[in-house]
Amino acid sequence: MYDLGSIYQARAIEDAIRALRERPGSKLINGGTDVLVQVREGRLAGVSLVSIHNLEELKGVRLEADGTIVIGSGTTFSQITGNAIIQKYIPMLGEAVDQVGGPQIRNVGTIGGNVCNGVTSADSGSTLMVYNAVMVVQGSEGIRHISIHDWYAGPSKTVLKPDEVLLNIQIRKEDYEGYTGQYLKYGKRQAMEIATLGCGVLVKLSADKEKAGDIRIAFGVAGPNPLRCRQTEEACRQRPVNRETALFISEQVLREIKPRDSWRASKEFREQIASEYAKRAFIQAVAKQGGEIDA
Amino acid sequence: MGVYSNFKRVDATGKVTGEAKYTDDLLPERCLVAKVVHSTISNGLVKKIHTEKAAALPGVVKIVTCFDVPDIQFPTPGHPWSVEESHQDVSDRKLLNQRVRFYGDDIAAIVAEDEVSAARAAALLEVEYEEYEPILSPAAAMAPGASVIHQEYPGNVLKKTGFKLGDCTYAEALKEEGLVRLRKNYEVPRVQHCHIEVPVSFAYIDVNQKITIVSSTQIPHIVRRVVGQALGIGWGQIRVIKPYIGGGFGNKQDVLYEPLNAFLTQQVGGRPVKLELSREETLACTRMRHRMLFSVDAAVRSDGTLVARKAEILSDQGGYASHGHAIVANAANEFKQLYHDEKALEIDCATVYTNLGVGGAMRGYGIPQGDFGLEAMIDDLAACIDMDPYEFRLKNCVKEGYEDPHNHIKFHSYGLEKCMEEGKAFIHWDERRAEYAQQTGPIRRGVGMAIFCYKTGVHPISLETAACRMILNQDGSVQVQLGATEIGQGADTVFTQMAAEVLGITEDKIYVISTQDTDVTPFDTGAYASRQSYVSGKALVKTGKVLVKRILDYAGEVLARPAESLALVKNQIVDKDSGKVLRSLAEVATEAFYSLQHSVHITAEETSHCKDNTFASGACFVEVEVDIPLGQVKVLKIVNVHDSGKLLNPQLAQAQVHGGMSMGLGYALSEELLYDEKGKPLNDNLLDYKLPTAMDTPDLHVIFVEEEDESGPFGNKALGEPPAIPVAPAIRNAVLHATGVAVDSLPLAPQKLVRAFTEAGLISKGGEGHV
Repeated sequence: MYDLGSIYQARAIEDAIRALRERPGSKLINGGTDVLVQVREGRLAGVSLVSIHNLEELKGVRLEADGTIVIGSGTTFSQITGNAIIQKYIPMLGEAVDQVGGPQIRNVGTIGGNVCNGVTSADSGSTLMVYNAVMVVQGSEGIRHISIHDWYAGPSKTVLKPDEVLLNIQIRKEDYEGYTGQYLKYGKRQAMEIATLGCGVLVKLSADKEKAGDIRIAFGVAGPNPLRCRQTEEACRQRPVNRETALFISEQVLREIKPRDSWRASKEFREQIASEYAKRAFIQAVAKQGGEIDA
Repeated sequence: MGVYSNFKRVDATGKVTGEAKYTDDLLPERCLVAKVVHSTISNGLVKKIHTEKAAALPGVVKIVTCFDVPDIQFPTPGHPWSVEESHQDVSDRKLLNQRVRFYGDDIAAIVAEDEVSAARAAALLEVEYEEYEPILSPAAAMAPGASVIHQEYPGNVLKKTGFKLGDCTYAEALKEEGLVRLRKNYEVPRVQHCHIEVPVSFAYIDVNQKITIVSSTQIPHIVRRVVGQALGIGWGQIRVIKPYIGGGFGNKQDVLYEPLNAFLTQQVGGRPVKLELSREETLACTRMRHRMLFSVDAAVRSDGTLVARKAEILSDQGGYASHGHAIVANAANEFKQLYHDEKALEIDCATVYTNLGVGGAMRGYGIPQGDFGLEAMIDDLAACIDMDPYEFRLKNCVKEGYEDPHNHIKFHSYGLEKCMEEGKAFIHWDERRAEYAQQTGPIRRGVGMAIFCYKTGVHPISLETAACRMILNQDGSVQVQLGATEIGQGADTVFTQMAAEVLGITEDKIYVISTQDTDVTPFDTGAYASRQSYVSGKALVKTGKVLVKRILDYAGEVLARPAESLALVKNQIVDKDSGKVLRSLAEVATEAFYSLQHSVHITAEETSHCKDNTFASGACFVEVEVDIPLGQVKVLKIVNVHDSGKLLNPQLAQAQVHGGMSMGLGYALSEELLYDEKGKPLNDNLLDYKLPTAMDTPDLHVIFVEEEDESGPFGNKALGEPPAIPVAPAIRNAVLHATGVAVDSLPLAPQKLVRAFTEAGLISKGGEGHV
């Protein structure tokens, strides 16, 4: 039995925005895999909810004429993993969200919820960071496009306003074409886990596969929000794809991440995993593009 | 079919289809809901509880606090009661406690019309405490000046025991020249059962004025006794009913919340009240496997002879005694029973109150802890003299014919060495030990093993008694009633097979009544100690023989033949010598009911007071792959080999082993209850408490060595608990083989391993050397 103040089922996005405006303090719910947990725990006991569950306009993945991939915020993790456009152009995202919780959670939980609760451990977070995703939101004052890099605003916080709804997440062609990537999640179990650390690496090799044309590295749980390692990325551009570069990455990322010390995992331990994962994710991302690093 | 066959579970269809009813499925109409309010400090005193705001909420029916309950302390463990006061369990808690002994202690309870009202009221209670310094370890509890957790135990030590074996003292044994000595500390954490059905009961006062409690328990007859003790009323005034239950593993061998629920229904005029814990409450406030600390000292000769050992074991009891010292005493016995010391063995153990979660019974009852300390030590000793740990074990382990010098429990049948041989062959021990001896690189493999022994039931430490009733129906079918309980292990099925075997009546005509109702079910102390197929099985055989005799006596009367010339075979009365069918049992049974000459309802009821015991034993062999930079251990291959006598139902036996191995894997690699510096639980939920998932579980292999045990009713001995015992030390020893790093505490969690590997120089900064 859940202690809910009220629940309003919105019929459309505008309806949801109006309901949010008219009921200050209410919270959006879609899949409910985060919100209901918090209601049960008492953190949101008595909460007033506005539901955007099952709104068709928020669902699905489509490819625009200019190559932009548009992912509806109400698309579930398992729909994303199973989607042909995702599998063809940005498989790393499908692989990442396939590591959320367990099958039941992935059948209900949505990518919109995953990024809107603002947590650093979201499995989609580091992947969207390397794809330079753009968040499209709508509120009383209209539609805004927000770069994922400007999206997060501290632990479990985003720049989403109280009466705004995330419509979709967009990834531009220049951010995925020619790239391959690898997301690695570290949990203490093989399923039913929130990441102790997550690492996503996206690379574009030179034509001869010998050099790193572009490399993007992002982490979850290495700071209050998902983060990119810009200096390491910059320092790696045009470096040869080899063992030395892999080791260089594993050392350099440590200068850019700020993992917490907590009872769940020590800072020292998270750093060790981050360092090792950056290296492994790089090697695997390179391998997907036909590059080879002699391990 | 009968025993030794893979007869299908009698409850399989009901459980798969959802027809089988569990406590929560049976709630009466308009059942009230109770919520327990727990302390938010770990050591102190409740000074006052303000209930006014909560009481004013709509839907709240009754609030009781620690100031409202009877001034009676009662014991909770599911032991047989002892009529000798010195052997009685420790009575150290009330229904609700003003003196707070751990974070989450029960200090008040709310009865409301629904869960939400109860939760809202609980949040509105205002509690004033007098707070003391939390005592978070046995050392802190025993330190001078520590606050007294229970006034009856001023030094916080619940009990200390010890024993010495051998011709000389440990110190004298050490005088021999050339001995290699090992001194180490090992540690095992608090873990929990994680049965799928949380503790739940509902209670009401029936029209006959009995307090009736329907509960998810392993031990209905014991629950009745404890509720009577806790409320200070006659035990006959209590009726306990046990429907199907979703697992217990020892946590429901404690009387947790039934007494409080009985009290609450009294407080609301006998209306039904349901009391169901959340998973979080279950993890924080019920029972757990004791944390234990082992300080060992041992000496071996270079030829591999175990010369002498000395061990001190501290058991961290937490806030209440529950099963108390019996558990560490069991752990200590494993040191004595599993290996022989040529010269001396000295063991001291103590159980110490602390302000942490309460240790109680959990599958294996101290032996998983003892076996970890012991089997880690055995591998470390073998390493000290550079001897193969298998050979070292074989040379020093318990041999056929062993009898414990103190309690005189024997191996009536012995299969340990055969188990070791089977496991060794399965894992390719010699090849893998050699192959993995000299590895480099970040990913390394190893094999490890551990052995154990485990008694069957609790004789002669406690009473072993069991009763059974059989009732013949008109059609020749039979009801079988036992106080022994089905808790998921398959008891009802195996009892059905046993009844078929002893009666000569086919299984389809045997109805084992699954529900225990203390008003009508014969007495039995319940499911624990791997006892039921052995102890309760004997009661069933005894009763069955009496029933058969009564049937044949009546058949003899009907057929005008001496009963001694008859037998009951496959539902037919036959000539004992020729096997010729003389009359169907159904005809004889109908005649017995309705005969105008001699009507008799044929029944039998017998008690078996079991005064025997026997050791089961076994081994686990495992192959692991260790990812050193990530601190991850992957189990590549694992096998448990069991010496549990004859298997009554091989498929059920195998399933039992699978479950135990899964429990052992969690103990080995990931499970641990954590607390902060105030004694507050940190990971009391199944996200942060790392119970392994199916994705973490390798294929589980099982081998049995079936040696008939003459002391068992069908050649059988303990199997319920043993599978959980040897897995964790076997994995620890395999990691030692793979990496050369001896990890001396459980679980072998990644962070701990990364630190250990870094200290051992296997991990360097930036991953250099391990691309």
